[in-house]
Amino acid sequence: MEPTATTAPALPRSLEEIRAEFPILSREINGKPLAYLDNGATAEKPLAVIDALDRFWREHNANVHRGVHTLSEEATSMYEDARLALASHLGADRREVIFVRNATEALNLVAYAWGRTNLGAGDRILVTEMEHHSNVVPWYQVAQEKQAHLDWAPVTEEGRLDLDGFGSLLERGPKLVCVAHVSNVLGTINPVPEIARMAHDAGALVVVDGAQAGPKLELDMAELGADFYALTSHKMYGPTGIGALFGRRELLEAMPPFIGGGSMIRKVSKELITWADLPAKFEGGTPAIGEAIGFAAAIRWLEDLGLPAVHAAEVDLTAYALERIAEVPGLTVFGPPAGEDRGGIVSFALEGVHAHDLSEILDRHGVAVRAGHHCAQVLMQRLGVPATTRASFAVYNTQDEVDRLIEGLLDARRVFEL
Amino acid sequence: MDELYRDQILEHYKRPHHFGRLEDFDLEFEDSNPFCGDEQHVFLKLDGENRVTGVAFEGQGCAISTAATSLLTDELEGMTREEILALPKEFVLDLLGIDISATRMKCAMLGLKVVKGASLGGPADWEDEGDQGDPSQAAAL
Repeated sequence: MEPTATTAPALPRSLEEIRAEFPILSREINGKPLAYLDNGATAEKPLAVIDALDRFWREHNANVHRGVHTLSEEATSMYEDARLALASHLGADRREVIFVRNATEALNLVAYAWGRTNLGAGDRILVTEMEHHSNVVPWYQVAQEKQAHLDWAPVTEEGRLDLDGFGSLLERGPKLVCVAHVSNVLGTINPVPEIARMAHDAGALVVVDGAQAGPKLELDMAELGADFYALTSHKMYGPTGIGALFGRRELLEAMPPFIGGGSMIRKVSKELITWADLPAKFEGGTPAIGEAIGFAAAIRWLEDLGLPAVHAAEVDLTAYALERIAEVPGLTVFGPPAGEDRGGIVSFALEGVHAHDLSEILDRHGVAVRAGHHCAQVLMQRLGVPATTRASFAVYNTQDEVDRLIEGLLDARRVFEL
Repeated sequence: MDELYRDQILEHYKRPHHFGRLEDFDLEFEDSNPFCGDEQHVFLKLDGENRVTGVAFEGQGCAISTAATSLLTDELEGMTREEILALPKEFVLDLLGIDISATRMKCAMLGLKVVKGASLGGPADWEDEGDQGDPSQAAAL
């Protein structure tokens, strides 16, 4: 197989060593070893993350920001170190990193706190046909409330963003562009720097859904040009219940709060309430302290592997998967061909076997995939299918697991007498 | 023989009974299983005594939902709306004659939900969803 680049970096450990760090990968499903290919839904957790969570709750747990006692200071320090780890990862200032529950909450925060104060009647919001519902529904809700309009940047037959179509829609002068960094159905890696440049030239801000990009790509906010960027921990080897919103400082400073309550205020009296500084202004109530620390452990784990090496390995595995899947008769694969802008997410439809039945049969083989519309019903309509089956890779997946996926698909054809 | 995808299931999936539209119908309803993309549209024709004389269904979905609804439509002729609304989930499960896991239960129940919706003139409940939580059962969970 051709190398993807002459200087493609290698992972610092073997695949076997990496897999050994994930206890769950040794599970058996229906008497077969687990082939977990549903990483687009959530990733499994390495011992480094499990241990960090365990250690926090065993030895350091206390509430943050409130107490002067030792445990509280430890917890606060660990929580804020987690924020700093995230900020360093993104090349951002710590005041620009807001901890939230997940990418959906991050996007809702922008819709609520930026959208409702900056969008009015007749304003336009430009989303794309490939967006996950989390980067559609909050904008639809704001648009309904404010009588603003949604425009939809088209997706090409190959599953890429149609940049000409996007450019034309920019001429309508939207205030906001909402785009996925990596499509959760097509695996397309969108050219965010170029999209951001085009959007900014047209006077629009850019909010990026980075949920699928987190485990796959280096993320430098300045380089990407995103004004807002949503991340979720559980897809990038961290725990559920925590995510982050990056927002450019001047934007966050100008925005009213999202969740009101404790910690996000400076002064409260019967007459007046004033807001805390960034980032506290957007973090009302007790945060997911342990989870934030787990998130940071996942980020350190990823940085230790090196995101360029992670990406290169994924591009290779995806190329192998696309090659092998082409052997299955009656199979349609969606998304761009193998290459640098093709992440490890492969959605497909098998003629004569519904996605749901396909997943059932693959489960018998120990292969975990996902079937349905993947929270992207507009994209399903664009692709002309009610549902797809999706295999999505993580850094611990192997060619052998891809082979088992193919065996399962061929078996499904046999079961359905095709 | 496959445990789930038995000949009967595959037959009703590939050649579902009563598949299509009714041009002359009295009741219709459309519903979907939002988790997996199964959708069904059911048409019912009634006689003077409000008994089903004709039934058809269209839609796209998995083998379980298509087969379940196909088998169900075979039984509806002669039933009143009240009788349809009283059909328990076991009625469909017995017709299918296979074990349905919790994940696939909504596939199996979609047809029943749509047919009840047609009888009600509005969305019916999912037959597989339980009622209120019982605290005395908490320890057992």
